[in-house]
Amino acid sequence: MDAPAVIDALSPLVSGAAYEAGASVDFATIYVPADRLVETCTALRDTPSLSFNVLLEVTAADYLPRDPRFEVVYHLLSVSRRQRLRLKVRVAETGFVPTVQGVWLSAGWLEREVWDMFGIIFDGHPDLRRLLMPEDWEGHPQRKDYPVQIQKAVQTYEPLEISEAEFKANIVRDRVTRTEPKAEGPEPKA
Amino acid sequence: MAELRTETMTVNMGPQHPSTHGVLRLVLELDGEVVQSASPTIGYLHTGIEKTAEQKKWQQVIPLVERMDYLGAQSNSLAYALSVEKLLGLEMPQRVKDIRVLIAELQRLSSHLIWLGTHSMEIGAVSMLFYAIRERELLLNINELLAGFRFFPSYIRIGGLREDLPRGFHEAVSAFLDRFPGKLDEYEGLLTKNDIFLRRTEGVGVVSQEDALAWGLVGPIARAAGSDYDVRRYFPYTGYEAYEFEVPTATEGDVFARYRVRMREMRESVKICRQAIDRIAPSGAFACNDTRVVPPPKDKVYTEMEALIQHFLIYSQGFTVPAGDAYVPVEGPRGEHGTYVVSDGTNRPWRVKMRAPSFMAIQALPSLVQGGLIADVVAVIGSNDVVMGDCDR
Repeated sequence: MDAPAVIDALSPLVSGAAYEAGASVDFATIYVPADRLVETCTALRDTPSLSFNVLLEVTAADYLPRDPRFEVVYHLLSVSRRQRLRLKVRVAETGFVPTVQGVWLSAGWLEREVWDMFGIIFDGHPDLRRLLMPEDWEGHPQRKDYPVQIQKAVQTYEPLEISEAEFKANIVRDRVTRTEPKAEGPEPKA
Repeated sequence: MAELRTETMTVNMGPQHPSTHGVLRLVLELDGEVVQSASPTIGYLHTGIEKTAEQKKWQQVIPLVERMDYLGAQSNSLAYALSVEKLLGLEMPQRVKDIRVLIAELQRLSSHLIWLGTHSMEIGAVSMLFYAIRERELLLNINELLAGFRFFPSYIRIGGLREDLPRGFHEAVSAFLDRFPGKLDEYEGLLTKNDIFLRRTEGVGVVSQEDALAWGLVGPIARAAGSDYDVRRYFPYTGYEAYEFEVPTATEGDVFARYRVRMREMRESVKICRQAIDRIAPSGAFACNDTRVVPPPKDKVYTEMEALIQHFLIYSQGFTVPAGDAYVPVEGPRGEHGTYVVSDGTNRPWRVKMRAPSFMAIQALPSLVQGGLIADVVAVIGSNDVVMGDCDR
């Protein structure tokens, strides 16, 4: 089932949604407008000729200079019909996507991870908290403008600051004590 | 007589708990010994592999993805390599496909052995772990022979395999395949009719087929609940359509059903391995012949200028992948593994996202343990076969 066939099947079921076939090398990809996402997903799950009963994956990609910036990607599977389908939703940095948790249970954590990593808000999600990152983390690491390595000033404390001469002297002193025979304990037998 | 008052108790389990398979933390609300609710916390093993992968060249991502699901390492790299090869439009020689099938099945055996050992140890059959580790050692030795690395061989590469099979590989694999079915009988003799084991596993952690699919638990968990979805059957990749094997299923959906499914899966894997080893010639093609991706043979590098340049380019700049996205899943040891790769047409990936079966299994965990006993939480975690490296990535 290629993308135009899916769109033909969907169009009468969801009124007023402008779908768009996406380019793909593996299986059908369609672009869905964000405001029609939940109705589209319900139709995809419940229509017998489609019956996409498994949501395998929700993820996103950040195409930074482009506007709208993000694409949220849904991978669907129909076990009974041996079909896969990819949905894409374009989102701007200030925009949001409705949650599909009401359609597929598995969306809960997947959407939480996308929020955690990209900062894309899922409207209506009951529990949009940090998932992989610590709860007090700032920023969304998978964004392209998020640095790969955070440059943080090294914290030093006064007692640790020693001069090179002191450092070398410490090493020498350490060496001497290590090679010195122990005062207590039995004497080595000659 | 004073009125008795009861209240629930909140218990923290993990992240440092021997039976949470790494660093999974569960907050359990208990009414006596009955679990009222469970809320998992993950992320303790988050290492930002997907972010790091965006900084690497395409081929350099292979060792990274192998470290995600560290028990099913080569199933990750196979999923990644297949997705990138899909974007590149590469077709592998038949020998490479057969070797990949063999490696994927040996990896499944290796992962299932760790599952079997730890799962049964956690519910009381401690000696099982030593039996399982004993056989897994042989599989790790095969990895070492193959690539010099026991856990993360990085032997599967984009465009084929790293190098040809070593001498003695066929003998080592055949020796293992001859030995292993007898050992499986031994394991089953210890567990399958063991009364203690049955009481700990039957009727525990039940999930229905509809729920398993709605939670996205495609893999052994859904198969133990009656679904026959197996990527190898439904969407054959790397030549699985030419192999004869059965997809084991059960209908009960409990911990014991998942045990039976995985035990039978091991027998099927042995069957596939036997077919594969018979098809693989001791030497021959180990990569496709696309010069964009695969470096030219050494004798040409030393004698031909173009080959030298190509060799240099592949190792310094890497290769570019046409813009687009692809997702080619494989049937990993814990279910559907797949890498969603996005390319912007350069020599580094734009986005790499691994579909993690353990992530889904932990998400569904509260619904599996609610209403059960606290001791059964351990049995359910073990039978879901979660790997935190896979979950947190």
